[in-house]
Amino acid sequence: MTDRKIRVLIAKPGLDGHDRGAKIIARALRDAGMEVIYTGLRQTPEMIAEAALQEGVDVVGLSILSGAHNALVPAIMEKLKENGLDQIKVFVGGIIPKNDIPGLLDIGVYAVYGPGTDTQKASEEISNAVLQENM
Amino acid sequence: MSLIDPDSIRHGDRLALSRALTAIENNALVGEELQSALFPYTGKAHLVGVTGASGSGKSTLVNQLAKAFRRSGERKDAPKIAVIAVDPTSPFTGGALLGDRIRMRDLAGDQGIFIRSMASRGALGGLAHKTAAFATILDGAGFDLILIETVGAGQAEVDIAQLAHTVIVVEAPGMGDDIQAIKAGILEIADILVVNKADKPDAENTALALQAMLNMFHGGSLPVAGKHMRHAEHGSLEGHHSDLNEWKPPVLLVTATEGKGISQLVEDIERHKAHLQTSGLWQVKEASRLKRELESLIRESLMDQWQQKVDGKKLESVMKDILKRKYAPVEAVKLLL
Repeated sequence: MTDRKIRVLIAKPGLDGHDRGAKIIARALRDAGMEVIYTGLRQTPEMIAEAALQEGVDVVGLSILSGAHNALVPAIMEKLKENGLDQIKVFVGGIIPKNDIPGLLDIGVYAVYGPGTDTQKASEEISNAVLQENM
Repeated sequence: MSLIDPDSIRHGDRLALSRALTAIENNALVGEELQSALFPYTGKAHLVGVTGASGSGKSTLVNQLAKAFRRSGERKDAPKIAVIAVDPTSPFTGGALLGDRIRMRDLAGDQGIFIRSMASRGALGGLAHKTAAFATILDGAGFDLILIETVGAGQAEVDIAQLAHTVIVVEAPGMGDDIQAIKAGILEIADILVVNKADKPDAENTALALQAMLNMFHGGSLPVAGKHMRHAEHGSLEGHHSDLNEWKPPVLLVTATEGKGISQLVEDIERHKAHLQTSGLWQVKEASRLKRELESLIRESLMDQWQQKVDGKKLESVMKDILKRKYAPVEAVKLLL
């Protein structure tokens, strides 16, 4: 598979309307040579899992600033599983308190990227995670 | 890539469908096998292209069209709709930001709709190289209507005319004067012209200019209807160029954000489909599209064969000579074939 490109869905679940961080990471991943599908604001877990299925993505990035990550992320992981998409790498960005990170990693989140994350480092990590799985 | 069963794609397995599209896009062998397996079941879907400049409102229009078509049938036999939305790949990084879904959020949750974003991956005609193959798979999967949104297109991105049965060209008001309207290219491929953002002050003038341009092609005595030229190029229309084949592209005022003018557009799309079928043009288009696809596959395959057998050292030395201006690339071809 020589023409393989990493495909990423960047989604903003929940009700907060701040998508600057989501756009920055989308841009960084694009510049790292990935195909980034940006879905916009206020996505439900169902919408995200359905878009991930239709778009055939390897990675889902969730940007959450509302504080509802402990409710939203498990719901999204569940819906992805229901759609048969267990192999997708999920990462979370936004405002996530330190104490909540282990819980998210426990339910299968691949990484949590807070404010100040080096976007280049993050995109390298994401790309390595996908490539390792498929090589 | 795990095995993908073509029958499960035909019976509505969306995960299998998605994996098939991924395989095709990545040039995996299984993608070719699936196209072969599904091909006998294709030829039923109506392929509708939506093209026009970036920012003219193509995605919003596609969103409204899909909603309207889903409402058009009884709930049980409402047409199944697939959307292929193409956005450009960066020529520098090879990455792409695919943002057409943002405008299609109304369509989420409807199991009768399947949306796939696609990066152009270096193709220049407004589509990706694999868009036609995507259409084959979606057709075989039983979608009745396939809406294909091109890259934001200017004047020369006209590949969609070869792929789609019906081409909608979307214009926004104030994008140029009437000289733009008589230039060759994208306007000539329109089966339906939409002036979107009709709530803007200049919309009616734009529509009038487009209408005047069309009257020149279709109403006057000049025999240069661009659309017919396009078919005549393949020689297939000769001999039955009658009134039956005459289609005058309507010019519609639409405000896609508010859904205004959409029902008329749906009606005209259906009317165009009926026109293609009764006039025999449907078959003409199918033949020309499949011939094109075959030719482009042969071109690709010959190129692959050449790349495999070309002597690397010889290629390198010829390249050096070209750089020294010893001979021109047109001459070098003879040395390398």
